[in-house]
Amino acid sequence: MEHRLKTPLSARDIEALHVGDVVFLSGTIFTARDKAHALLRSKGSPVELKGAALYHCGPLIGGEKVISAGPTTSGRMERYTEFILDLGVLAIIGKGGLSGQPFLGRAVYLAYPGGCGAAAAKQLKIKEVHLKDLGMAEALWEFEAADLGPMTVAIDSHGSDLYQEVRKSLQNRLRSTGR
Amino acid sequence: MVEATVRVLRQAEISLQPWVMELIESAFDKETNPIAKSHLQFMLENLSIAGELKLPLCQDTGLPIFKVELGCDLNLDFDLRGAIIEGVIIATRDIPLRPNAVDPLTRQNSGNNIGPGMPDIILDLVDGDALQITAFPKGAGSENMSLVGMLNPADDPFDFILQSVAKRAANACPPLFLGIGIGGTFDLAARLAKQALFNMPGSSEMEMNLLRRINSLGIGPMGLGGDTTALGVKIEKASCHTASLPVAINFQCWAHRYASEVVR
Repeated sequence: MEHRLKTPLSARDIEALHVGDVVFLSGTIFTARDKAHALLRSKGSPVELKGAALYHCGPLIGGEKVISAGPTTSGRMERYTEFILDLGVLAIIGKGGLSGQPFLGRAVYLAYPGGCGAAAAKQLKIKEVHLKDLGMAEALWEFEAADLGPMTVAIDSHGSDLYQEVRKSLQNRLRSTGR
Repeated sequence: MVEATVRVLRQAEISLQPWVMELIESAFDKETNPIAKSHLQFMLENLSIAGELKLPLCQDTGLPIFKVELGCDLNLDFDLRGAIIEGVIIATRDIPLRPNAVDPLTRQNSGNNIGPGMPDIILDLVDGDALQITAFPKGAGSENMSLVGMLNPADDPFDFILQSVAKRAANACPPLFLGIGIGGTFDLAARLAKQALFNMPGSSEMEMNLLRRINSLGIGPMGLGGDTTALGVKIEKASCHTASLPVAINFQCWAHRYASEVVR
Protein backbone atom coordinates (compact mmCIF):
# COMPACT_ATOMS: atom_id res chain seq x y z
CA MET A 1 0.00 0.00 0.00
CA GLU A 2 1.19 3.52 -0.80
CA HIS A 3 0.89 6.44 1.65
CA ARG A 4 1.50 10.16 1.06
CA LEU A 5 2.14 11.75 4.45
CA LYS A 6 2.99 15.19 5.75
CA THR A 7 4.95 16.20 8.83
CA PRO A 8 4.31 16.70 11.70
CA LEU A 9 3.11 13.10 11.83
CA SER A 10 0.35 11.86 14.09
CA ALA A 11 -0.08 8.62 16.02
CA ARG A 12 -2.86 7.76 13.55
CA ASP A 13 -0.48 8.17 10.58
CA ILE A 14 1.92 5.73 12.23
CA GLU A 15 -0.75 3.20 13.15
CA ALA A 16 -1.87 2.97 9.52
CA LEU A 17 1.60 1.89 8.35
CA HIS A 18 2.60 -1.76 7.96
CA VAL A 19 5.87 -3.34 6.84
CA GLY A 20 6.18 -3.43 3.07
CA ASP A 21 4.07 -0.29 2.60
CA VAL A 22 5.59 2.52 0.58
CA VAL A 23 5.72 6.07 1.97
CA PHE A 24 6.28 9.44 0.31
CA LEU A 25 6.84 12.13 2.91
CA SER A 26 6.42 15.91 2.60
CA GLY A 27 7.02 18.76 5.00
CA THR A 28 9.87 19.49 7.39
CA ILE A 29 12.35 16.74 8.09
CA PHE A 30 15.52 16.88 10.18
CA THR A 31 18.84 15.15 9.53
CA ALA A 32 21.04 13.86 12.33
CA ARG A 33 23.90 11.41 12.51
CA ASP A 34 26.66 10.47 14.95
CA LYS A 35 27.72 13.86 16.34
CA ALA A 36 24.28 15.50 16.31
CA HIS A 37 22.82 12.56 18.25
CA ALA A 38 25.52 12.82 20.90
CA LEU A 39 24.96 16.56 21.19
CA LEU A 40 21.16 16.22 21.32
CA ARG A 41 21.56 13.91 24.28
CA SER A 42 24.13 16.01 26.14
CA LYS A 43 22.74 19.48 25.44
CA GLY A 44 19.13 19.03 24.32
CA SER A 45 17.58 19.57 20.91
CA PRO A 46 17.69 22.96 19.17
CA VAL A 47 14.47 22.03 17.35
CA GLU A 48 11.05 20.67 18.30
CA LEU A 49 10.92 16.98 17.43
CA LYS A 50 7.32 16.14 18.41
CA GLY A 51 5.78 14.29 15.45
CA ALA A 52 9.01 14.73 13.53
CA ALA A 53 10.72 12.57 10.94
CA LEU A 54 14.41 12.20 11.69
CA TYR A 55 16.61 11.33 8.72
CA HIS A 56 19.91 9.50 9.28
CA CYS A 57 21.73 11.44 6.61
CA GLY A 58 24.93 13.42 6.17
CA PRO A 59 24.10 15.45 3.08
CA LEU A 60 26.43 16.85 0.46
CA ILE A 61 25.59 20.55 0.24
CA GLY A 62 26.81 23.00 -2.42
CA GLY A 63 26.10 26.65 -1.63
CA GLU A 64 22.37 26.85 -0.90
CA LYS A 65 21.54 23.58 -2.58
CA VAL A 66 21.23 19.95 -1.59
CA ILE A 67 23.54 18.14 -4.02
CA SER A 68 23.22 14.56 -2.77
CA ALA A 69 21.41 13.32 0.32
CA GLY A 70 20.79 9.59 0.61
CA PRO A 71 20.60 7.72 3.93
CA THR A 72 23.54 6.74 6.13
CA THR A 73 23.83 3.49 8.14
CA SER A 74 21.34 3.69 11.00
CA GLY A 75 23.11 1.03 13.06
CA ARG A 76 25.69 3.57 14.23
CA MET A 77 22.92 5.50 15.98
CA GLU A 78 21.36 2.38 17.53
CA ARG A 79 22.22 3.44 21.11
CA TYR A 80 20.09 6.58 20.75
CA THR A 81 16.82 5.05 19.48
CA GLU A 82 14.93 5.14 22.81
CA PHE A 83 16.18 8.65 23.54
CA ILE A 84 15.16 9.94 20.09
CA LEU A 85 11.70 8.34 20.23
CA ASP A 86 11.22 9.80 23.74
CA LEU A 87 11.65 13.26 22.18
CA GLY A 88 8.52 12.57 20.14
CA VAL A 89 10.05 11.50 16.82
CA LEU A 90 7.52 9.26 15.04
CA ALA A 91 9.55 8.18 12.01
CA ILE A 92 13.24 7.42 11.70
CA ILE A 93 14.50 7.32 8.12
CA GLY A 94 17.72 5.53 7.23
CA LYS A 95 19.24 2.39 5.79
CA GLY A 96 20.29 -0.94 7.23
CA GLY A 97 17.73 -0.90 10.03
CA LEU A 98 17.64 -0.70 13.84
CA SER A 99 16.40 -3.00 16.56
CA GLY A 100 12.65 -3.21 16.17
CA GLN A 101 11.66 -3.38 19.83
CA PRO A 102 11.72 0.39 20.65
CA PHE A 103 9.34 1.09 17.74
CA LEU A 104 6.57 -1.12 19.13
CA GLY A 105 3.37 0.83 19.69
CA ARG A 106 4.78 4.22 18.80
CA ALA A 107 6.94 4.76 15.71
CA VAL A 108 8.16 3.46 12.35
CA TYR A 109 11.47 2.96 10.59
CA LEU A 110 11.45 3.96 6.94
CA ALA A 111 14.13 2.63 4.57
CA TYR A 112 15.23 5.03 1.86
CA PRO A 113 17.18 3.17 -0.86
CA GLY A 114 20.86 3.52 0.05
CA GLY A 115 23.23 5.19 -2.36
CA CYS A 116 20.42 7.12 -4.04
CA GLY A 117 21.67 10.54 -2.98
CA ALA A 118 21.09 12.31 -6.29
CA ALA A 119 17.43 11.23 -6.38
CA ALA A 120 16.88 12.27 -2.75
CA ALA A 121 18.45 15.69 -3.34
CA LYS A 122 15.78 16.45 -5.95
CA GLN A 123 13.15 15.94 -3.24
CA LEU A 124 14.78 18.19 -0.61
CA LYS A 125 15.33 21.91 -0.08
CA ILE A 126 17.29 23.59 2.71
CA LYS A 127 15.17 25.48 5.26
CA GLU A 128 17.76 25.99 7.95
CA VAL A 129 20.91 24.51 9.41
CA HIS A 130 21.36 23.86 13.14
CA LEU A 131 24.55 22.76 14.96
CA LYS A 132 26.48 24.08 11.96
CA ASP A 133 29.82 23.86 13.79
CA LEU A 134 29.64 20.08 13.47
CA GLY A 135 30.38 20.45 9.76
CA MET A 136 28.48 19.60 6.58
CA ALA A 137 27.92 15.89 7.14
CA GLU A 138 27.29 16.06 10.90
CA ALA A 139 25.18 19.22 11.23
CA LEU A 140 21.44 19.04 11.90
CA TRP A 141 19.83 20.13 8.62
CA GLU A 142 16.23 21.21 8.48
CA PHE A 143 14.92 20.30 5.02
CA GLU A 144 11.62 20.87 3.26
CA ALA A 145 10.74 17.56 1.64
CA ALA A 146 8.51 17.17 -1.41
CA ASP A 147 7.42 13.55 -1.64
CA LEU A 148 10.62 12.15 -0.18
CA GLY A 149 10.56 8.54 -1.31
CA PRO A 150 9.87 5.83 -2.21
CA MET A 151 10.57 4.70 1.34
CA THR A 152 9.72 1.20 2.52
CA VAL A 153 8.16 0.71 5.95
CA ALA A 154 10.82 -1.71 7.24
CA ILE A 155 9.86 -1.66 10.95
CA ASP A 156 6.28 -0.83 11.88
CA SER A 157 4.63 -0.02 15.20
CA HIS A 158 2.80 -3.36 15.27
CA GLY A 159 5.86 -5.52 15.95
CA SER A 160 6.85 -6.41 12.40
CA ASP A 161 10.42 -5.95 11.19
CA LEU A 162 11.61 -6.84 7.68
CA TYR A 163 15.29 -6.99 8.72
CA GLN A 164 14.45 -9.38 11.52
CA GLU A 165 12.52 -11.61 9.09
CA VAL A 166 15.62 -11.78 6.88
CA ARG A 167 17.87 -12.48 9.88
CA LYS A 168 15.55 -15.20 11.14
CA SER A 169 15.74 -17.15 7.90
CA LEU A 170 19.53 -16.73 7.60
CA GLN A 171 20.58 -19.65 9.85
CA ASN A 172 18.56 -22.16 7.84
CA ARG A 173 19.74 -20.69 4.58
CA LEU A 174 23.38 -20.75 5.73
CA ARG A 175 23.05 -24.47 6.44
CA SER A 176 21.57 -25.23 3.05
CA THR A 177 23.87 -23.26 0.73
CA GLY A 178 25.89 -26.37 -0.09
CA ARG A 179 29.55 -26.19 -0.95
CA MET B 1 48.15 15.21 -13.67
CA VAL B 2 46.11 17.56 -11.47
CA GLU B 3 43.42 17.82 -14.14
CA ALA B 4 43.43 14.07 -14.73
CA THR B 5 42.91 13.51 -10.99
CA VAL B 6 39.89 15.81 -10.99
CA ARG B 7 38.50 14.17 -14.15
CA VAL B 8 38.71 10.57 -12.89
CA LEU B 9 37.22 11.57 -9.53
CA ARG B 10 34.37 13.42 -11.23
CA GLN B 11 33.60 10.53 -13.53
CA ALA B 12 33.71 7.99 -10.69
CA GLU B 13 31.39 10.07 -8.47
CA ILE B 14 28.76 10.70 -11.16
CA SER B 15 28.48 7.53 -13.19
CA LEU B 16 29.17 3.82 -12.93
CA GLN B 17 31.07 1.77 -15.49
CA PRO B 18 28.77 0.24 -18.15
CA TRP B 19 29.42 -3.31 -16.94
CA VAL B 20 28.31 -2.37 -13.40
CA MET B 21 25.12 -0.77 -14.76
CA GLU B 22 24.44 -3.91 -16.80
CA LEU B 23 24.78 -6.11 -13.72
CA ILE B 24 22.24 -3.96 -11.83
CA GLU B 25 19.87 -3.99 -14.82
CA SER B 26 20.08 -7.74 -15.17
CA ALA B 27 19.54 -8.18 -11.40
CA PHE B 28 16.45 -5.97 -11.72
CA ASP B 29 15.12 -8.14 -14.57
CA LYS B 30 15.61 -11.36 -12.59
CA GLU B 31 14.60 -10.22 -9.07
CA THR B 32 11.38 -11.86 -7.82
CA ASN B 33 10.92 -9.98 -4.51
CA PRO B 34 8.78 -6.86 -5.16
CA ILE B 35 10.48 -4.68 -2.50
CA ALA B 36 13.89 -5.71 -3.81
CA LYS B 37 12.82 -5.06 -7.39
CA SER B 38 11.61 -1.54 -6.58
CA HIS B 39 14.90 -0.79 -4.80
CA LEU B 40 16.91 -1.91 -7.85
CA GLN B 41 14.66 0.16 -10.09
CA PHE B 42 15.20 3.25 -7.93
CA MET B 43 18.97 2.69 -7.98
CA LEU B 44 18.86 2.75 -11.78
CA GLU B 45 16.69 5.88 -11.68
CA ASN B 46 19.18 7.51 -9.30
CA LEU B 47 21.98 6.77 -11.76
CA SER B 48 20.16 8.50 -14.58
CA ILE B 49 19.41 11.53 -12.36
CA ALA B 50 23.08 11.78 -11.30
CA GLY B 51 24.16 11.45 -14.93
CA GLU B 52 21.72 14.10 -16.15
CA LEU B 53 22.56 16.64 -13.44
CA LYS B 54 26.27 15.71 -13.46
CA LEU B 55 26.21 15.46 -9.65
CA PRO B 56 27.49 12.78 -7.25
CA LEU B 57 25.19 9.76 -7.23
CA CYS B 58 25.71 9.26 -3.47
CA GLN B 59 26.24 11.87 -0.75
CA ASP B 60 29.01 9.71 0.68
CA THR B 61 31.58 10.73 -1.90
CA GLY B 62 34.05 8.58 0.01
CA LEU B 63 37.68 8.82 0.94
CA PRO B 64 40.07 9.61 -1.91
CA ILE B 65 41.73 6.33 -2.85
CA PHE B 66 43.79 6.07 -6.03
CA LYS B 67 45.65 3.35 -7.81
CA VAL B 68 48.55 4.59 -9.89
CA GLU B 69 50.10 2.19 -12.36
CA LEU B 70 53.51 3.55 -13.12
CA GLY B 71 55.52 2.40 -16.17
CA CYS B 72 59.07 1.45 -15.20
CA ASP B 73 60.50 3.29 -18.23
CA LEU B 74 58.91 6.55 -17.17
CA ASN B 75 60.96 9.42 -15.78
CA LEU B 76 58.70 11.19 -13.31
CA ASP B 77 59.71 14.84 -13.42
CA PHE B 78 56.99 16.12 -11.10
CA ASP B 79 55.65 15.55 -7.60
CA LEU B 80 53.07 12.82 -8.17
CA ARG B 81 51.64 12.87 -4.66
CA GLY B 82 51.51 16.66 -4.65
CA ALA B 83 49.60 16.69 -7.94
CA ILE B 84 47.03 14.18 -6.70
CA ILE B 85 46.58 16.15 -3.47
CA GLU B 86 45.97 19.32 -5.48
CA GLY B 87 43.50 17.41 -7.67
CA VAL B 88 41.56 16.19 -4.62
CA ILE B 89 41.36 19.71 -3.17
CA ILE B 90 40.05 21.11 -6.47
CA ALA B 91 37.62 18.20 -6.91
CA THR B 92 36.29 18.67 -3.37
CA ARG B 93 35.55 22.32 -4.12
CA ASP B 94 34.32 22.00 -7.72
CA ILE B 95 32.41 18.72 -8.15
CA PRO B 96 31.70 19.20 -5.16
CA LEU B 97 32.62 16.35 -2.79
CA ARG B 98 31.59 16.05 0.83
CA PRO B 99 34.56 16.69 3.14
CA ASN B 100 34.92 13.31 4.83
CA ALA B 101 38.50 13.13 6.12
CA VAL B 102 38.79 13.67 9.87
CA ASP B 103 41.49 13.11 12.48
CA PRO B 104 40.71 9.64 13.91
CA LEU B 105 40.90 10.83 17.53
CA THR B 106 39.95 14.52 17.65
CA ARG B 107 37.43 13.93 14.78
CA GLN B 108 38.44 17.36 13.43
CA ASN B 109 37.50 17.61 9.72
CA SER B 110 40.22 18.96 7.41
CA GLY B 111 37.53 20.35 5.11
CA ASN B 112 39.23 19.25 1.89
CA ASN B 113 39.51 15.45 2.12
CA ILE B 114 43.26 15.74 2.69
CA GLY B 115 45.11 14.61 5.81
CA PRO B 116 47.82 12.28 7.03
CA GLY B 117 47.64 9.21 4.76
CA MET B 118 44.90 10.80 2.63
CA PRO B 119 44.71 10.57 -0.31
CA ASP B 120 45.61 6.92 -0.13
CA ILE B 121 47.74 6.23 -3.20
CA ILE B 122 48.35 2.61 -4.11
CA LEU B 123 51.39 2.46 -6.38
CA ASP B 124 51.88 -0.38 -8.86
CA LEU B 125 54.98 -0.68 -11.04
CA VAL B 126 54.18 -1.98 -14.53
CA ASP B 127 56.02 -2.41 -17.83
CA GLY B 128 56.16 0.44 -20.33
CA ASP B 129 56.30 4.21 -20.13
CA ALA B 130 52.68 5.11 -19.35
CA LEU B 131 51.03 6.27 -16.16
CA GLN B 132 47.46 5.24 -15.41
CA ILE B 133 45.49 6.74 -12.56
CA THR B 134 42.32 5.13 -11.20
CA ALA B 135 40.08 6.99 -8.77
CA PHE B 136 38.34 4.67 -6.35
CA PRO B 137 36.36 6.83 -3.92
CA LYS B 138 35.27 4.53 -1.09
CA GLY B 139 32.24 5.21 1.10
CA ALA B 140 32.13 4.31 4.79
CA GLY B 141 28.96 2.22 4.79
CA SER B 142 30.63 -0.67 3.00
CA GLU B 143 34.18 -0.06 4.25
CA ASN B 144 32.94 -0.17 7.89
CA MET B 145 31.72 -3.74 7.38
CA SER B 146 35.08 -5.01 6.05
CA LEU B 147 37.24 -7.32 8.14
CA VAL B 148 40.30 -9.56 8.35
CA GLY B 149 39.99 -12.96 9.98
CA MET B 150 43.08 -14.85 11.11
CA LEU B 151 41.63 -18.32 10.64
CA ASN B 152 42.94 -21.65 11.73
CA PRO B 153 44.19 -23.68 8.73
CA ALA B 154 41.55 -26.30 9.63
CA ASP B 155 38.76 -23.71 9.23
CA ASP B 156 36.75 -23.40 6.01
CA PRO B 157 37.42 -19.90 4.59
CA PHE B 158 34.19 -19.97 2.62
CA ASP B 159 32.12 -20.64 5.73
CA PHE B 160 33.84 -17.66 7.35
CA ILE B 161 33.01 -15.49 4.32
CA LEU B 162 29.37 -16.59 4.26
CA GLN B 163 28.92 -16.07 8.01
CA SER B 164 30.52 -12.62 7.79
CA VAL B 165 28.39 -11.58 4.83
CA ALA B 166 25.26 -12.90 6.56
CA LYS B 167 26.02 -10.78 9.61
CA ARG B 168 27.23 -7.60 7.92
CA ALA B 169 25.68 -7.26 4.48
CA ALA B 170 22.58 -5.24 5.44
CA ASN B 171 24.65 -2.23 6.54
CA ALA B 172 26.97 -2.26 3.54
CA CYS B 173 24.41 -1.16 0.91
CA PRO B 174 23.78 -4.45 -0.88
CA PRO B 175 23.72 -5.74 -3.58
CA LEU B 176 27.42 -6.00 -2.88
CA PHE B 177 30.70 -6.44 -4.61
CA LEU B 178 33.01 -8.49 -2.42
CA GLY B 179 36.77 -8.21 -2.72
CA ILE B 180 38.30 -11.20 -0.98
CA GLY B 181 41.92 -11.77 -0.04
CA ILE B 182 42.93 -15.28 1.02
CA GLY B 183 46.38 -16.00 2.38
CA GLY B 184 49.44 -13.82 2.85
CA THR B 185 49.73 -12.09 6.22
CA PHE B 186 47.37 -9.95 8.30
CA ASP B 187 47.96 -6.84 6.17
CA LEU B 188 48.65 -8.57 2.86
CA ALA B 189 45.24 -10.26 3.03
CA ALA B 190 43.62 -6.83 3.43
CA ARG B 191 45.62 -5.44 0.51
CA LEU B 192 44.63 -8.42 -1.63
CA ALA B 193 40.98 -7.81 -0.77
CA LYS B 194 41.22 -4.19 -1.95
CA GLN B 195 43.12 -5.33 -5.04
CA ALA B 196 40.31 -7.80 -5.70
CA LEU B 197 37.86 -4.88 -5.85
CA PHE B 198 40.03 -3.31 -8.56
CA ASN B 199 39.99 -6.59 -10.47
CA MET B 200 36.21 -7.10 -10.17
CA PRO B 201 34.26 -9.07 -11.29
CA GLY B 202 35.56 -12.60 -10.89
CA SER B 203 34.46 -15.40 -13.19
CA SER B 204 36.24 -18.53 -11.93
CA GLU B 205 34.21 -21.52 -10.80
CA MET B 206 35.21 -20.82 -7.18
CA GLU B 207 34.07 -17.20 -7.42
CA MET B 208 30.81 -18.01 -9.18
CA ASN B 209 30.02 -20.72 -6.66
CA LEU B 210 30.61 -18.31 -3.76
CA LEU B 211 28.44 -15.70 -5.49
CA ARG B 212 25.65 -18.25 -5.88
CA ARG B 213 25.87 -19.25 -2.22
CA ILE B 214 25.79 -15.59 -1.09
CA ASN B 215 22.74 -14.91 -3.22
CA SER B 216 20.98 -17.91 -1.73
CA LEU B 217 21.04 -16.15 1.68
CA GLY B 218 18.03 -13.99 0.76
CA ILE B 219 19.42 -10.77 2.29
CA GLY B 220 18.52 -8.73 -0.78
CA PRO B 221 19.02 -5.07 -1.67
CA MET B 222 19.51 -2.98 1.51
CA GLY B 223 18.92 -6.06 3.67
CA LEU B 224 15.15 -6.01 3.12
CA GLY B 225 15.07 -9.47 1.54
CA GLY B 226 15.38 -10.68 -2.04
CA ASP B 227 17.36 -12.71 -4.54
CA THR B 228 20.06 -10.09 -5.14
CA THR B 229 22.57 -9.88 -2.28
CA ALA B 230 25.79 -9.65 -4.29
CA LEU B 231 26.59 -8.68 -7.86
CA GLY B 232 30.23 -9.69 -7.97
CA VAL B 233 32.87 -11.65 -6.09
CA LYS B 234 36.59 -11.56 -6.78
CA ILE B 235 39.19 -13.62 -4.91
CA GLU B 236 42.91 -12.86 -4.80
CA LYS B 237 45.32 -15.33 -3.22
CA ALA B 238 48.83 -15.24 -1.82
CA SER B 239 50.98 -17.86 -0.14
CA CYS B 240 50.69 -17.90 3.61
CA HIS B 241 52.52 -19.45 6.54
CA THR B 242 51.81 -23.14 7.03
CA ALA B 243 50.28 -22.26 10.42
CA SER B 244 48.07 -19.39 9.10
CA LEU B 245 44.95 -18.79 7.08
CA PRO B 246 44.28 -15.04 6.81
CA VAL B 247 41.01 -14.12 5.06
CA ALA B 248 40.05 -10.51 4.34
CA ILE B 249 36.73 -9.28 3.02
CA ASN B 250 36.53 -5.78 1.59
CA PHE B 251 32.85 -4.95 1.23
CA GLN B 252 31.81 -2.67 -1.60
CA CYS B 253 28.32 -1.23 -2.06
CA TRP B 254 26.22 -1.61 -5.23
CA ALA B 255 27.69 1.65 -6.50
CA HIS B 256 31.09 0.19 -7.42
CA ARG B 257 32.60 3.56 -8.34
CA TYR B 258 35.86 3.92 -10.20
CA ALA B 259 37.28 5.59 -13.28
CA SER B 260 40.70 5.48 -14.95
CA GLU B 261 42.73 7.58 -17.30
CA VAL B 262 46.11 7.11 -18.95
CA VAL B 263 48.29 10.18 -18.49
CA ARG B 264 51.08 10.65 -21.06
